[in-house]
Amino acid sequence: MNEQIFVSGKNIPEIIPNLELWGGPIALYLFFGGLAAGIIFFANYFYLRGRSNTMVMTIKVAPIIAPIIIAIGLILLVADLNHKLYFWQLFLHIRMNSPMSWGAWTLTVIMIPAIVWPLYYLPESIEYIKQRAPKSKLIGLFSWINNFVRQFKIILWIFKVFEKNQKLIAYLTLYLSVILGVYTGILLSAFNARPLWNTAILGPLFLTSGISTGAALLIWLSNDHKEIKKFSRLDLFLIAVELFFIIHMFMGMKAGSIAQVEAGLLFLGGPYTAVFWVTVVGLGLIFPAILEIMELGGLKISVWIPAFLVLMGGLAFRFIMVSAGQFSSYHII
Amino acid sequence: MRFAMAMDTKKCVGCGDCVVACQTENNVPLGFARDWIVESVQGIYPETVKMHFKSERCHHCDNTPCVRTCPTGASHVIEGGIVKVTASECIGCGACIEACPYEARYVHPDGYVDKCTFCDHRVFAGENPACVDVCPTDCLIFGDLDDANSPVSKVLKEKDWYVLAPEAGTKPQLYFLK
Repeated sequence: MNEQIFVSGKNIPEIIPNLELWGGPIALYLFFGGLAAGIIFFANYFYLRGRSNTMVMTIKVAPIIAPIIIAIGLILLVADLNHKLYFWQLFLHIRMNSPMSWGAWTLTVIMIPAIVWPLYYLPESIEYIKQRAPKSKLIGLFSWINNFVRQFKIILWIFKVFEKNQKLIAYLTLYLSVILGVYTGILLSAFNARPLWNTAILGPLFLTSGISTGAALLIWLSNDHKEIKKFSRLDLFLIAVELFFIIHMFMGMKAGSIAQVEAGLLFLGGPYTAVFWVTVVGLGLIFPAILEIMELGGLKISVWIPAFLVLMGGLAFRFIMVSAGQFSSYHII
Repeated sequence: MRFAMAMDTKKCVGCGDCVVACQTENNVPLGFARDWIVESVQGIYPETVKMHFKSERCHHCDNTPCVRTCPTGASHVIEGGIVKVTASECIGCGACIEACPYEARYVHPDGYVDKCTFCDHRVFAGENPACVDVCPTDCLIFGDLDDANSPVSKVLKEKDWYVLAPEAGTKPQLYFLK
């Protein structure tokens, strides 16, 4: 027997017996960050591929969602801070060694194209919605925003600059969206003290998962058959990559130091086994993949079902990773 | 200058004086502690059961994950290798708490992150940290590692020691004497 017990002090429930400092808001923030990265990635990628007229939903309409969910994510992040009124300190410092610092800056910088892009396309988006859902209340709201915004000369000037350099901006934004997607994973993997998070695969894994949730949302929103088919295929590929990364992650942990072996065991027999393999891998990856294969094979399945499952799987994945990571430690006590 | 602390696990009786001294000296809010005592038991009763105490606090590491991951620079290292937090720069995000393998930091009720300072206000005035001065069995030894004649340099030369979680790569400066 080798037992360690506290005999004095440090009865801090957030820290002892295991960290519970980061919870739902952080997981949601990571989910929204990844989802926004996915939406922005596809809009810019297919714009650069010259699909502006065929993939209207992806390039012009869906990007409206990105700045909204990034803003919600940022609000959640600030709300989760313990010293809230000092949040502006984040923007007085650039610390390249701290993922949270460059993540905050990436989010701020990407907010600019994320807002300008959908505003620029707003008239076309309104047209698109009018054709598909003429009774939608969004038409009135978007028209009002569009008329309001276009009164200002400075905004018309911004649109002009944007139009002239759109290709360059799209390249930069595409790059930023990848950084944003990777950041949601690196934020966690930077902590050596949490062996479960401290793996280099977490960045690519979160990026793939984020882009996959983005594809799922586009499948759900689009009602163009070609677009849906394209994203179903893409999503299948992303799910396969994600499964590969997950297996890779656990193989790495099994072969790692004792701290990493124990971290892996949380998911391979430990308390997170059932919830992870059933919700994230089963319902969030494999089952929607089967549905998508059946759908591509010609069976009629409501497209929103696999899309919804992928989105929920991505959300569950972040909740579980944030919680389980704080469960893993070097067991000093 | 490189401040460090040694802790004699054979002398410690686990009285908790260091904890109370710190709470008093540094106005630590009720229910929180910057240092703490761990009782370590090995073996199975009734055969040989070994027990010792450890008085722990921030390890004031050479390689500081808390300072690296801090997004604002509130966590920083001052002269002598002491790791401190500037409350007015801290946003309370908790990155340093996640980064610390020793769980040596906590969120102060006022929102910022708080931790052991090696009592820098006393140390730079030529005194020992409060926990060291108050220890009834003299099991805490503090000093400058760069000075070969300091109490901590001497005791580390004479006795066997270990550090906690060296595999975390933090190069901790809290030494435990065997």
